Amino acid sequence: MKMSIREAINQTLHEEMARDDRVVVMGEDVASDQGGVYGITEGLTKKYGVRRVIDTPITESAIVGAAGGAALTGLRPVAELMFVDFLGVCLDQILNQIAKFRYMFGGQARTPVVIRTMIGAGTGTGPQHSQILYPLLAAIPGIKVVTPANAADAKGLLTTAIRDDDPVIFCEHKALYMDECEVPEGEYLIPFGQARTVVAGSDITIVAMSRMVVIAEQAAAQLKEKGISAEVIDLRTLSPLDEGAVLESLAKTGRLVVVDESNPYCSMASEIAGLAVERGFDTLDAPVKRVTAPHTPVPATPCLEIEYVPNAAKVIAAVEETLAY
Amino acid sequence: MDISPEKLADAYRLMKTIREFEERMRSEYQQGKLPGFIHIYRNQEAIAVAACLDMTNEDYIASTHRGHGHCIAKGCEIEAMLLELACKEDGLCNGKGGSMHIADMSKGMLGANAIVGGGPPIAAGAALTAKTLGNGAVSMAFIGDGASDQGTVAEALNLAVVLQLPMIFMYENNRYAEFTRNPKPDGRIAERAGAYGMPAEVIDGSDFYAMYDACQRAINRGREGGGPTAIEAVCNRFYGHFEGDPQAYRDQDELKQERADSDPLARFLADERSAALTSEMITAIDGAILAEIDRGFEVALAAADPTPDKLFTNVYIDYAGRLR
Repeated sequence: MKMSIREAINQTLHEEMARDDRVVVMGEDVASDQGGVYGITEGLTKKYGVRRVIDTPITESAIVGAAGGAALTGLRPVAELMFVDFLGVCLDQILNQIAKFRYMFGGQARTPVVIRTMIGAGTGTGPQHSQILYPLLAAIPGIKVVTPANAADAKGLLTTAIRDDDPVIFCEHKALYMDECEVPEGEYLIPFGQARTVVAGSDITIVAMSRMVVIAEQAAAQLKEKGISAEVIDLRTLSPLDEGAVLESLAKTGRLVVVDESNPYCSMASEIAGLAVERGFDTLDAPVKRVTAPHTPVPATPCLEIEYVPNAAKVIAAVEETLAY
Repeated sequence: MDISPEKLADAYRLMKTIREFEERMRSEYQQGKLPGFIHIYRNQEAIAVAACLDMTNEDYIASTHRGHGHCIAKGCEIEAMLLELACKEDGLCNGKGGSMHIADMSKGMLGANAIVGGGPPIAAGAALTAKTLGNGAVSMAFIGDGASDQGTVAEALNLAVVLQLPMIFMYENNRYAEFTRNPKPDGRIAERAGAYGMPAEVIDGSDFYAMYDACQRAINRGREGGGPTAIEAVCNRFYGHFEGDPQAYRDQDELKQERADSDPLARFLADERSAALTSEMITAIDGAILAEIDRGFEVALAAADPTPDKLFTNVYIDYAGRLR
């Protein structure tokens, strides 16, 4: 069935709440009829009531911390951190508490919490509502980080996230919510740590995640018209990372461009470039190219935001430079 | 005061165990036999024991960096605790938690916490579980006077009121935030908590009976769906912030006086309501406590350290990525 990412996430929440009484949804505005800013939680309260669809005050440390404490004691909360930028106000509960329970308690703890959060630029929301920040999260041992790029993956990965017994941060790109694709009917799970080959190709590998997968696809289509066969890999989960998929594709093409909406330093692009150099050096025919946002905040003005976010033209330029090496 | 002779004996046993356990810990620590930082609970024993005496393993507590007393009061085994405090393989947390992160999920003890103010949101989550499942359990966060100024505590107070959670905010106002005398007058912390819309009272934290009475009311209120309660237990920090802190910043005469005035064990034994505890009973309890602690230290100090491969265990339950 064709549906948008927004609809796929909503449907998955409905399905998982129906399947398991311990699944609760909590956060700001989640219990309202309209289901939050983007209607993600629409209809949940009507079906499952305010006992399991819990509106909270604007209190991110308490939302995330209480979701962690509830997970530790038997619920399976899906908490909403409305924008990932708000990580700035609740990082302790993720970094020092939730991520470390299992390790520092010697394996006694089980923390099946999902933190859904909106990421990314492209809607003019400016410096404090447009960041990516997943590299910061992926760097924390003890949590998993998921970045779906289409509706089918959103369903399959969110189902897996809710049923996973470890803490998961589920990153939803706000500019992708209305993107539609075919979504499998019924129960659908995608294992973590399995990248997806979006476009098969032989001349160069383009690795991307979240919205950059869409950009990479656009670039690959235009490159094809120029006679260049690009393989596009969607990582789908950043932690765990499917290193094998990247290295296998690289072994086939010998060239690598990584497209990442993060700021460049300590980005996922840097991580993938490091992986290629450390474990795929013999297969590299050219230096790895990173296409990322610049080392600046996200500007509010659309004319600068367009410059900030990587686009197909930038990816194509990087590919051509790599091929010309 | 409604307290059975068995509970009375339990209360004494637990307070005395905390006292003897920690005095022995100090001595071993000073000899370099225990790693890391330790924070001693002496003179606050009545608070933890009164707080946990009517709890079961299905009730939850979130503790602090000064958490040994909370563990013992919540029923953690002495030997398992000592193995953890010595950071040994067979400790409660396989030696990966140590004093500041010790936890015992089987007892509803959700961890000491080395982040000041880190625990209350977690305790609120445990209370949310209890409320959602409707199982009558309660959850308590221990909070120091220093932590009372943290934003996480304010957020947990507010959430507990908004969601009417079965939660108790147990403030332990020992009047020192690390090395600094807390400038807030006694009672200000309870006022603040009360302002969020919950019953809040100030109790003499070295008076076991007053504490037990307040805790019973708070716990019953939580179990009956009456929402959260705050208790500001005013007490004295006998030793420094951490073991080895000479407390040079404290007025020594005042410290001496406070130490003498606020010894909860001495006050408990002098109280006529404790008369059912005969000196024979006390001697027997004391003997058993010391033997258990001796045995615990003997086992813990001789026990095996975790093997190097344990660095990589229990990061996740299931992980498809690389840890090294």
